[in-house]
Amino acid sequence: MTDTVPDTPRSGPLVRLSDLLWRNPRLTVFLLLAPPALWLGIVYLGALFALLAQSFFSIDEFSGLIVYELTLKTYGELFTPANLDIIIRTVVMAASVTVAAAIISFPIAYYAARYARGRWKAVFYIGVMLPLWSSYLVKVYSWKLILAKEGILNWLFETLHLSWLLNAYLSLPVVGGNSLSVSWTGTFLVFLYVWLPFMVLPVQASLERVPPTMLEASGDLGATPGQTFRHVLLPLALPGVIAGSIFTFSLTLGDYIIPQIVGSSRRFIGQAVYSYQGTAGNIPLAAAFAVVPIVIMGIYLWVAKKKGAFDAL
Amino acid sequence: MSTDRAPLWLKLAAAGGLAFMHLPILLIFVYAFTTEDKSYQWPPPGLTLKWFAVTWNRPDVWEALGLSLRVAAISTAIALVLGTLCAAAVSRARFFGREAVSLLVILPIALPGIITGISLRSAFNIMDIPFSFWTIVLGHATFCVVVVYNNAVARFRRTSGSLIEASMDLGANSFQTFQHVILPNIATALLAGGMLAFALSFDEVIVTTFTAGQQQTLPIWMLEELVRPRQRPVTNVVAMVVVLVTFLPILGAYYLTRGTETVAGQGK
Repeated sequence: MTDTVPDTPRSGPLVRLSDLLWRNPRLTVFLLLAPPALWLGIVYLGALFALLAQSFFSIDEFSGLIVYELTLKTYGELFTPANLDIIIRTVVMAASVTVAAAIISFPIAYYAARYARGRWKAVFYIGVMLPLWSSYLVKVYSWKLILAKEGILNWLFETLHLSWLLNAYLSLPVVGGNSLSVSWTGTFLVFLYVWLPFMVLPVQASLERVPPTMLEASGDLGATPGQTFRHVLLPLALPGVIAGSIFTFSLTLGDYIIPQIVGSSRRFIGQAVYSYQGTAGNIPLAAAFAVVPIVIMGIYLWVAKKKGAFDAL
Repeated sequence: MSTDRAPLWLKLAAAGGLAFMHLPILLIFVYAFTTEDKSYQWPPPGLTLKWFAVTWNRPDVWEALGLSLRVAAISTAIALVLGTLCAAAVSRARFFGREAVSLLVILPIALPGIITGISLRSAFNIMDIPFSFWTIVLGHATFCVVVVYNNAVARFRRTSGSLIEASMDLGANSFQTFQHVILPNIATALLAGGMLAFALSFDEVIVTTFTAGQQQTLPIWMLEELVRPRQRPVTNVVAMVVVLVTFLPILGAYYLTRGTETVAGQGK
């Protein structure tokens, strides 16, 4: 015994502790789990509940002070037309970004999973990882450069003599605006750009698990590529798409920086939360607004879990 | 369907997607050299290296960079400890509330950052904790745990339990087994997770705006410049440097976890 592990004392407090841990796996798990559970439980959940509690308070309209009495009045304010508008606008944006990201990421993920080999596999992997981990603000900033009036996109349209096309598009209601950088489309493009890599990775992970023989079998049995895609590939890739959509959806719901820098003056949930807790000092309404994405994501995660999306993370 | 040749449209769509993800970042590299300092004019009227010198001599940029590095280092250290412990517990045993634990770990990034930020801020207010370096770290460590956890849990899953039993049979106690068997096995996964956590913290802005007082981390500095541009060329240079600096840990993390790919269809 002592030959194999020479520095092992066979008695002493450390050894007794070690033996105790080995005999009591439950105790071991408990000791391992205690620090992270305490940290996340106190710092994170504690703060979260403190916030939620505040949403049941209200603000006195005259003094601007918080009234510490339980009430649902603040939640009622969420349903005023102006606030309802903000919620609907944000959810529609999150949904459009998610759908667009799924469509764009599918070919990338499919090529990377099925055809890329060796060096190309690495190129695709790094090609997705680099933008994923690049600085968020730098990415937003790059779009400020692209969408600026004197920027590259306008220059491109002018050089191609297509400015009329851009102007026609910008004159459309809702999606248009004075210029790209203050339009709904601008905000949409930035959101799509910034969250796209979060969709590619889980979709690719789910496609990696589809055996190529299954697709060949489908073809051999007479399915057209379109049918194979609809009936074989898509159902198998769905958990990945849902896993990715958790990111794109949640990140869009809570973002307040992108619409502030690129977009019209119409606000999103994140901006509402930010301004109510900051300048307006209306913490209860800010808290109630913060509950909206939590509820939406709660429902979303619950559905995603049922579809088995967490295995694809 | 032919077996191993991708159709042309798929190649084009995939290449187009990759280009869409990379061209905007490359554009910043060009802007860092432009002579134009009043607008975002394209194409740049001329190229210069002047702005690198100007940025180098800006104390506010250096201060912000220093704070960001310190916050990221300490948050990563905390996240490494907590994330590894959590992964070890979850992969070791099936116990009551196991699912709840993994949900708890993932929650800080599954919920929008603004919620983490505003909850921490109101908690600090309620408990009368003044904003400081440590309030920033508290927030960052919380959402960095998940990155370490994800990397570690994947590695634990592949580490065979019989290795640990063999070590114990040969007379090593739990701590020796950890030091000589478990740690070497999970080291690269931890390093990769740590690097990603560092990159995550270094870049974080949404939670930080709520948990920082007067201090400016580099992302907060950039945000100020984005909302109210003071000297655009300096922002361009800083943006380019940030891109280059974050590339290193990402490439590092990739090389550390490489060689674990599987054949198509063979995954778990």
